[in-house]
Amino acid sequence: MDQHQFLIQAIIFLTVAVIFVPVAKKLGLGSVLGYLLAGVVIGPFILGFVGNEGENILHFAEFGVVLMLFLIGLELEPELLWKLRKSILGLGVMQLILTTTCIAALAMAFGFGWQHALILGMILSMSSTAIVLQILTEKGLMKTTAGQSAFSVLLFQDVAVIPILAVLPLFGKITSGNAAAITHNVTWVDGKPGWLQGLIVFGSIAAIIIVGRILIRPLLRIVAKTEMREIFTALALLIVIAIAELMTQIGLSPALGAFLAGVVLANSEYRHELESDIEPFKGLLLGIFFMAVGASINFHLVADQKWSIISWVLLLIVIKSAVLLLLGKILKIGAKQNFIFSFSLSQVGEFAFVLLSFSMQQGILPPDTVNLMIAVVAISMGLTPIVMLLNEKLILPRLGTEVKPGREPDVIDERNKVIIAGFGHFGSTVGRFLKSNKIEATYLDMDSDRVDVLRKMGFKVFYGDASRSELLDFAGAKDASIIIIAIGSQEKRLEVVETVKKHYPHLHMLVRATNRYDAYEQMNAGLLHIYRETLDTSLRVGVDAMSLLGYRKYTARHLANTFFKYDEQALKKLSAIRDQEVYINEIRKSTEELELLMQSDNQFSIHADAEL
Amino acid sequence: MNKILVLFAHPAFERSTMHRSLLQHIKQLENVTINDLYENYPDFEIDVEREKKLLSEHQVIIWQHPLFWYSGPALLKQWQDLVFEYGWAYGKDTYALEGKIIFNVITSGGELEAFQKRCFHNSTIRDFLLPFERTAEICRMIYLSPFWVPETEKLGMARIQEFGQRYHDLLQLIRDNDLNDPKFLSVPLLNKLVSTGKPI
Repeated sequence: MDQHQFLIQAIIFLTVAVIFVPVAKKLGLGSVLGYLLAGVVIGPFILGFVGNEGENILHFAEFGVVLMLFLIGLELEPELLWKLRKSILGLGVMQLILTTTCIAALAMAFGFGWQHALILGMILSMSSTAIVLQILTEKGLMKTTAGQSAFSVLLFQDVAVIPILAVLPLFGKITSGNAAAITHNVTWVDGKPGWLQGLIVFGSIAAIIIVGRILIRPLLRIVAKTEMREIFTALALLIVIAIAELMTQIGLSPALGAFLAGVVLANSEYRHELESDIEPFKGLLLGIFFMAVGASINFHLVADQKWSIISWVLLLIVIKSAVLLLLGKILKIGAKQNFIFSFSLSQVGEFAFVLLSFSMQQGILPPDTVNLMIAVVAISMGLTPIVMLLNEKLILPRLGTEVKPGREPDVIDERNKVIIAGFGHFGSTVGRFLKSNKIEATYLDMDSDRVDVLRKMGFKVFYGDASRSELLDFAGAKDASIIIIAIGSQEKRLEVVETVKKHYPHLHMLVRATNRYDAYEQMNAGLLHIYRETLDTSLRVGVDAMSLLGYRKYTARHLANTFFKYDEQALKKLSAIRDQEVYINEIRKSTEELELLMQSDNQFSIHADAEL
Repeated sequence: MNKILVLFAHPAFERSTMHRSLLQHIKQLENVTINDLYENYPDFEIDVEREKKLLSEHQVIIWQHPLFWYSGPALLKQWQDLVFEYGWAYGKDTYALEGKIIFNVITSGGELEAFQKRCFHNSTIRDFLLPFERTAEICRMIYLSPFWVPETEKLGMARIQEFGQRYHDLLQLIRDNDLNDPKFLSVPLLNKLVSTGKPI
């Protein structure tokens, strides 16, 4: 395709995305469905803008899935996995086995051979991470038992995709002899003896882990120090693409490699920055991926086999939610939570597209079946918001009053209530204090050297610029309730304030101020919680000085408190004054006022010597 | 020799000539420890372990304070609430302070005669100290009658110095005598033990 054609295509894709996605979101259908619909519209059966090259675009856009797995890996800290181990393993394994079995049985009833039935079972047992998490977050259900159970199941499926991708080609060999070899690229491991292939594969995985731990972090730090964002983004993309290519060369799934790299970097201070850099690429590529899927739904086929498709969709929804309802019952999830959990996962997910098209390329499944199933998957995804709505309106009200779920919700991630931006001496003191009271905070800092030192000391500090809304998003600003802006630079602080005001108006901002002039600016910016960094300390010096001069400590402390209150009030008044001369007059007046106030302070005067 | 701990609580000590005189007269005494609560804990954060240690090192405890609204100043109450812990000072079969002598040294304004039945306050000074007395009893301490400086408003410099001297003499007496002597328990006011012939 020449450059002109490429740009035309880009215009078509971006235009429909811009039109359909916001509309779909407004209608509560979620962005995924919007992309799918956009794809259908530009596809060969409606407008016909995209024809056979849809296949190529699909391949290109599959890289979005690689990026998505990298991001999933980044989210998967080992500790998080450990916390959720019971529900991930219990729910996840059981869901996959039971659903696969049931769907395989269904497929056999539809007349498939056992191998095809089993493959379909595995593929269709997956649910859609994108759709489910989107819907649950929008409904504010992520922290509930239903939300966490759903997250566990999805997490296990995300991981299970990798072995399934590895297992599928084996079926290819069984079912169609040497068909798997047709579209195989020449790789490094071709023609090498089995033991050497194994060695190369394990060597490469070990290399990713070791290089990730030892080399990539210092590299990220060096690049971060240049303070050129685009180079950091370039490095982030380079890491993912290089690993994907390495994996392809040794014959493994690029998604697996990206996932591994993500997990290796999950504990790193650059995690949130990496996430926010990769996220838009992933989002767009996945969007294009979904559009390509929409475009590739064969509507002639759908029209020809409408009964078959309708029965597949309905039976899949019933089987998938029935299995989950049963598991939820066994694990003693409350009835309402169980219904939400089960119906939320009733669709077939985007992984099915990947697995289906992979199966078709490898000649594992016949194109007819794959086309039929792609339509089934897309329709089941589209129905999810409707199913959940029906559940809310028809089923939940019949269950009577909410029964408390039987088990305590696990904490699913490090979405903390508090974000501390700037982890220098100021921020770290606040952080240490909160931590000593078991209040965990998410720390952000822009000084990569400092981040490094603090992480060695055991603080989970993340590198990044808190004035960027994407970074705040990844730091959990949506779910947090407080942001403490403790950055040293006045300008940066105001930038963060602007970002928070614009994107996260619900956050309480507690802001450090250098001096009273800085505090005026912050007051004028509408801030309520302003902390002059020198005020409290200076007054403490004053109290100790008075004590050394022979004043009673309790009295000196009381006078400092009085002074503090007066000064804060005066600050409010003075912040409104713009004129220099008026300002100086006001200052003089308020100093006199304060002296009078302090002299007339007669705490306990009645009692001093003449008690009762 | 008995060791004496003076728990002194006055939020405006710098304005009280009476208490300055009282402390001035006793601070040189051997085996007398003065614990100035408002100076040591200006933010009301009492070091309970330090206080417990001090208490166990002394045989005689004194609450020295002005009478504020028929009670002590706020920090003294805070001190009682935190230091007389369940499981240490009382209860659970542990009575760390058992057998120690304790009493109040108080100053008050107003007429001496007002502290009588059917007079202005309609109760004696001892009546108003009942919460202190019961607290001491629950901790199995021996509660003595108070040393009382009334009518502080009317006292001239000479009387103020005189009260300081009597306070000094009283502490000396308590420090150097056997505390089982019934005279300590039976006097209606400790003032009587160091009498100058005046009514108080």
